Amino acid sequence: MEMIHSEKLVYEYDKRDEEGNVIGTNRAIDGVDIDVAPGSFVAVLGHNGSGKSTLAKHMNAILVPTGGTIWVDGKDTKDPAELWNVRQTAGMVFQNPDNQIIGTVVEEDVGFGPENLGVPTDEIWKRVEDSLRSVGMLEYRKASPNKLSGGQKQRVAIAGVIAMEPKCIVLDEPTAMLDPNGRREVIQAVEKLREEKNVTVILITHYMEEVIDADQVFVMDDGHIVMHGTPREIFSRVDELKVYRMDVPQVTMLAEELRKRGLDLPRGILRREELVEALCRLR
Amino acid sequence: MSIALEHVNYVYSPGTAYERHALKDVSLEIEQGQFVGIIGHTGSGKSTLIQHLNGLMKATSGNIYYEGQSIYEEGYDMKKLRTQVGLVFQYPEYQLFEVDVLTDVCFGPKNQGLSQEECEKNAREALELVGFPEKYYRQSPFELSGGQKRRVAIAGILAMHPKVLVLDEPTAGLDPKGRDEILDQIDHLHKETGMTVILVSHSMEDIANYVDRIVVMNRGEKMLDGTPREVFAHYKELEKVGLAAPQVTYVMHDLKERGFDVAADATTIEEAADDIMRSFHD
Ligand SMILES: Nc1ncnc2c1ncn2[C@@H]1O[C@H](COP(=O)(O)OP(=O)(O)OP(=O)(O)O)[C@@H](O)[C@H]1O
Ligand SMILES: Nc1ncnc2c1ncn2[C@@H]1O[C@H](COP(=O)(O)OP(=O)(O)OP(=O)(O)O)[C@@H](O)[C@H]1O
Ligand SMILES: [Mg+2]
Ligand SMILES: [Mg+2]
Repeated sequence: MEMIHSEKLVYEYDKRDEEGNVIGTNRAIDGVDIDVAPGSFVAVLGHNGSGKSTLAKHMNAILVPTGGTIWVDGKDTKDPAELWNVRQTAGMVFQNPDNQIIGTVVEEDVGFGPENLGVPTDEIWKRVEDSLRSVGMLEYRKASPNKLSGGQKQRVAIAGVIAMEPKCIVLDEPTAMLDPNGRREVIQAVEKLREEKNVTVILITHYMEEVIDADQVFVMDDGHIVMHGTPREIFSRVDELKVYRMDVPQVTMLAEELRKRGLDLPRGILRREELVEALCRLR
Repeated sequence: MSIALEHVNYVYSPGTAYERHALKDVSLEIEQGQFVGIIGHTGSGKSTLIQHLNGLMKATSGNIYYEGQSIYEEGYDMKKLRTQVGLVFQYPEYQLFEVDVLTDVCFGPKNQGLSQEECEKNAREALELVGFPEKYYRQSPFELSGGQKRRVAIAGILAMHPKVLVLDEPTAGLDPKGRDEILDQIDHLHKETGMTVILVSHSMEDIANYVDRIVVMNRGEKMLDGTPREVFAHYKELEKVGLAAPQVTYVMHDLKERGFDVAADATTIEEAADDIMRSFHD
């Protein structure tokens, strides 16, 4: 069974006037069919306002479709009886960490999720420690979340979801405010969860470098999925990506620039080692 | 000289359990018309530092000068300082509060005492500059996507025509095209009007592509200060403090190790491609 499966998914936000009367709708998701296999790492790219966050919010039933259906681990999110199960299955890290930090002390905040799930106290503390360590925030366990820097808050939010050990983690731009090291750490922590616990990972990002290791990449445009494939397939289509306001990793871009200047390099080079090897062969 | 910091220290919540010495003896001079990048690990003090530049935070000790005058002098016009040194916050979406986008962007110019007509003119120009679609001008700022909100927040500061523009992670959350468009526009304004720009960013690639000078912060201290080539030559030290060099710099170092005749100090794609092609033609 797929971890996430949707058929003709549609979501329309209401448009309201100043008095709050509905004056129309705005279709943010327009007929999306998506399949995510359990234990896979899937990346979603797309321009601002293309519908990524709206799609993500369907994966843990914060939003329910206005048309079509989405199943999370086989459960229809429209079924109110499944709401709790869906939320327990899919943990979400929101685009803005301030929206989800609730505790007054970091460790309390991270423990809140597992506590809600009824995890025994000893186990909670172990999870809190492990997850804070994995995002490099253990030394801040006694700090107050609202007195942390932007990137530190984001790490705490990620630890909070890791501590819940959901089957599926949806990360909505989790690294947007992190330094290069922090970005690498977050991606590594997520990879580790996938390897050790077979957690399904759905990553929304604007950093092309972060999706190189994904199994599948989806590109959204105005509520539609317009490209779908492995990172190598997607990043070989540089011109098409540009149309959708996307980019390629810097190494891919350099290879592309060298091709334009006449070097006979293959398309779809993603990693620095690949580029170096290819250049050595040309010499 | 535009801005000078002299031995600035800042301590959060002194005397409490949350005490944190966030800026340690920072001295810095920024000339009018420079494009300066500030990089540093999360929690290194970047946001704290830049909030000192328009007087929003007051140094625990040390002094700050704007155009030669200490901003801590008695009777100093802080209100004027805040319109001349425009600051776009790290999470600027929290600065949005008006009923619709256009009114929100008009807020700054209105505060400067401009007429309704002028306000709207400036606001429209600024929104156009950041690539915000006109069809959403009358939408509530709360009903926008993350990247759309960010554009509105940046426009709100640009509409005041500041002499110094300070941007805290302005492109976090923008799509790649949007990131390039906004930075290109800011670069253009900088070249056209001589506006000083101070850019805080975690994208080493963006920093390398746009700035003339990089200031590196580490645990509240200024660690390095130089041109992108100078600073990124220290990539091993940068890695130790949570940072990195742009991807292409690493490629060049690898190539050099493999015996290519390249200089290895390139920090942008252009520079790297030039250097590689030259090594093939020699
Ligand atoms: N609460 C809301 N009410 C009305 N419209 C909304 C709301 N949230 C988002 N929208 C609209 O829905 C569309 C999709 O927004 P969404 O937040 O899903 O985009 P996104 O791909 O996540 O963008 P970003 O990269 O900027 O985060 C946009 O046109 C946006 O303006
Ligand atoms: N209100 C506060 N009270 C106490 N400490 C604070 C407060 N705000 C920030 N700090 C601490 O001060 C230090 C510097 O924070 P600052 O926000 O300046 O970092 P930054 O370099 O901007 O980080 P980031 O890249 O994550 O935005 C951090 O260690 C942070 O935890
Ligand atoms: Mg979003
Ligand atoms: Mg900051």
